[in-house]
Amino acid sequence: MTVKIPVVEKILSANDKLAASNRKKFDAAKVFSLNLMASPGAGKTSVIEQTMRLLAGELRVAVIDGDLATSIDADRAAAAGATAIQINTGGECHLDAIMVRNALQQLGLLQFDLLLVENVGNLICPANFQLGTHNNVLIASIPEGDDKPYKYPGIYRGIDTLIINKIDLLPYIPFKMDYYRTGVEMLNPGLQTFPISCRTGEGLDDWVRWVKKQVRSMKMLV
Amino acid sequence: MHELTVTQNLLELAERYGTEAGATRVTDLYLVIGQLSSFVDESLQFYWDMISEGTLCSGAALHFQRVPAWFACQQCGTEYPLERELECCPACNSPRITLLRGDEFRLESIEIETSQRNEQTE
Repeated sequence: MTVKIPVVEKILSANDKLAASNRKKFDAAKVFSLNLMASPGAGKTSVIEQTMRLLAGELRVAVIDGDLATSIDADRAAAAGATAIQINTGGECHLDAIMVRNALQQLGLLQFDLLLVENVGNLICPANFQLGTHNNVLIASIPEGDDKPYKYPGIYRGIDTLIINKIDLLPYIPFKMDYYRTGVEMLNPGLQTFPISCRTGEGLDDWVRWVKKQVRSMKMLV
Repeated sequence: MHELTVTQNLLELAERYGTEAGATRVTDLYLVIGQLSSFVDESLQFYWDMISEGTLCSGAALHFQRVPAWFACQQCGTEYPLERELECCPACNSPRITLLRGDEFRLESIEIETSQRNEQTE
């Protein structure tokens, strides 16, 4: 005889539980943590470099870098002054909570104020895997086109902060900002947004000011 | 692709719930998958057949209940489905919309076989 058993559990609940345990570690160490997601080439590593430049040694920064095989990104983050740990995902298209947990074991969180997790370049899969970070950031960029919120609703729905990089290219590329912003608004109303250019430096002050503010409020939590 | 991770998670869930219920075999898994979750059912079944071999769930069939994405307009209350592309409210053109359903990704239930003794005690 067969019996039907109710389960009603999220399929990725195991990852969600590990993410919650990562979050507890960040909170206990009072380290503000960001999950940086983007498509390949949007400027994740450049944002990290520019953030390091503007922080000018004010904060102790750790970077966890997810990459398919190389250590190019981690090398760049280290050259910019961060303590960088490379996770080679071995072909996986996203980071998950357990990879971050393993990287944390090498890091020693207490020595840091800010943790930047650079996810694998991909707009689909990272959206489904929480890492436990305080804030999920999407770095979009002008050359990707203004239709991305319409094509990748999943990632736009799940983020807390949006960076729009390469705004210096707006005069050269047919990118309808209104159309783009409407798509974002439909999926994530009132989303905090930083239009920036890593090349010219425009908008970066606002972004770094916000990061510093988050780190400060994290430190003040009892 | 993360179909492998997904099937591993499915197997863990089905084995845990099956074992707790005294299953001798898990025969069916019923999944609820929203239109906005980015998983392809055919490839899931492919990975599932490989990964469940030799387990309590060996040979179990995956059943997919697809949930179409529906939005509600916060301005005028109109409810409408996601068709080809995300769009503003078709009645009043407002971008202020909320997702009603369509982002589900869960294991709803499993069907199991139990041994004779378990059946009698039920």
